[in-house]
Amino acid sequence: MRLVVRAAEATGADRLIDVTRAHVDSCLYHGEATLDFVQRLVDGRARVGVPTTLNVGALDLLHPELFRGDRRVADRGRLLMERYRALGARPTFTCAPYQLADARPVFGEQVAWGESNAIAFCNSVLGARTNRYGDFIDVAAAITGRVPYAGFHRTEARRATLVLRLAADVPAALRDADVLYPVLGIVLGRRAGSAVAVIDGLPLGQSEDRLKAVGAAAASSGSVAMFHVVGSTPEAPTIDAALQHRGPDAVELITLAELRDARNRLTSAAGERLTAVSLGTPHASLDELERIAVMLGDRRVHPDVELLVSTARDTMAEAARRGITTRLREAGAELLVDTCSYLVPILRPTDGATMTDSGKWAWYAPGNVGARAVFGSTAECVRSAVAGRVIRDDAIWAGSA
Amino acid sequence: MTDAPRALVLSEPLSLWGGMDPATGELIDAHHPQRGANLAGRAVVMRSGRGSSSSASVLAEAVRAGMAPAAILLGEPDLILSIGAAVAEELYGVRVPVVVLPTARLETIHDGDPVDLDHVGPPVGNGP
Repeated sequence: MRLVVRAAEATGADRLIDVTRAHVDSCLYHGEATLDFVQRLVDGRARVGVPTTLNVGALDLLHPELFRGDRRVADRGRLLMERYRALGARPTFTCAPYQLADARPVFGEQVAWGESNAIAFCNSVLGARTNRYGDFIDVAAAITGRVPYAGFHRTEARRATLVLRLAADVPAALRDADVLYPVLGIVLGRRAGSAVAVIDGLPLGQSEDRLKAVGAAAASSGSVAMFHVVGSTPEAPTIDAALQHRGPDAVELITLAELRDARNRLTSAAGERLTAVSLGTPHASLDELERIAVMLGDRRVHPDVELLVSTARDTMAEAARRGITTRLREAGAELLVDTCSYLVPILRPTDGATMTDSGKWAWYAPGNVGARAVFGSTAECVRSAVAGRVIRDDAIWAGSA
Repeated sequence: MTDAPRALVLSEPLSLWGGMDPATGELIDAHHPQRGANLAGRAVVMRSGRGSSSSASVLAEAVRAGMAPAAILLGEPDLILSIGAAVAEELYGVRVPVVVLPTARLETIHDGDPVDLDHVGPPVGNGP
């Protein structure tokens, strides 16, 4: 409770409110400090006070043999994950709790979520309300069920102040291509920082998977906790609604050149041969798993390439019931749960390049696990995994000129 | 104050998670123009926090390892960094003031300047 009050002081809130759920990111091992913290809670016999889901940890507890890092880190990481279970949290171990039907808040619900992509999705796509709860405060909120009434819990903070409009030179085909969305997220994060922006100029009714890709990338390149997409996110049926019927502070254009530059910068590899393809950051939804299986069809992953797909253990179980995991494994794909391949060493150590469809993976993996990333769409990633070399469609980025 | 920490002015906001190695204090974000700089013992100045919600853990771990910044000076409040500092103080008894300053004041601090933490401004989220 002391931490919650400290947070209230830091945010200038004058009161606390109840939350109905929490999503805790503190179960990922970042050193002994993370264990010291939870140990103090366990010693004090703390329990979570609201239904609480857990974010990814350091280890795939169902397939621990996939971990290639330091043994000690694996052991400490596992211990940390177990400690959070002992507080009464549900062992979901996913960065995409919004994809679990029974953990998903409804429009307007006040919750306390950690994990930057989940925060952005919760606010923007579900219209539920959370502030950016980082490590420790997410646990404090789960235990007390209380948070400061501040930030994105309040209607006025959810108003867009910045309008980002796709410029006329962005081709219609690109506007409706999966590959645009992570790239757009990177640009959104750079432009908006921590401000709320509304994106105008996309086809209406964008899928949750595309909006997930926008939010995850925007929360990597910036501190975006909420964004609106006109005609796709629930608080932006119109641009005027997203602006809460006031004028914007700024209206800016996103040009094709800027998108192309952001796309290029997501590729940190310099022509190395393809040795791995990593999909499922944030964790793949059931739809995405099925799409990957369909894209693979009866083809097999090239023997020199490791294709890794990350998802939630609950999503994997559902995919197994529908026969999707069998199809993926028969094609040579490997499934990873409970963690992610940009956090800890999972992929085979090679000098080669790793292809990904995730803006977030491409952003973080070079620094975290020393990967050399090539960014492409999911379809390009699958095609490349089968061919054993990078195949990308540059034409869609070329523009009509 | 004789041993005032020297300012490290970051030209772009840094996410400590994925951006700082808590064991060494080194700036490791491949996308950051100041990659390779060291944050340990410095008064780190940036206009805002950025990115991952795991930065609180990284800050606490850096404190445990003795490689944390001496202070963090921001242009806007950042709950994640404030809480990381609060937990580190609770667990290890070491204070890393997280201070919010008006942007105009922040811009007067130059890289390498000694920063007098007693007079730079009111601490935010890290107790009196």
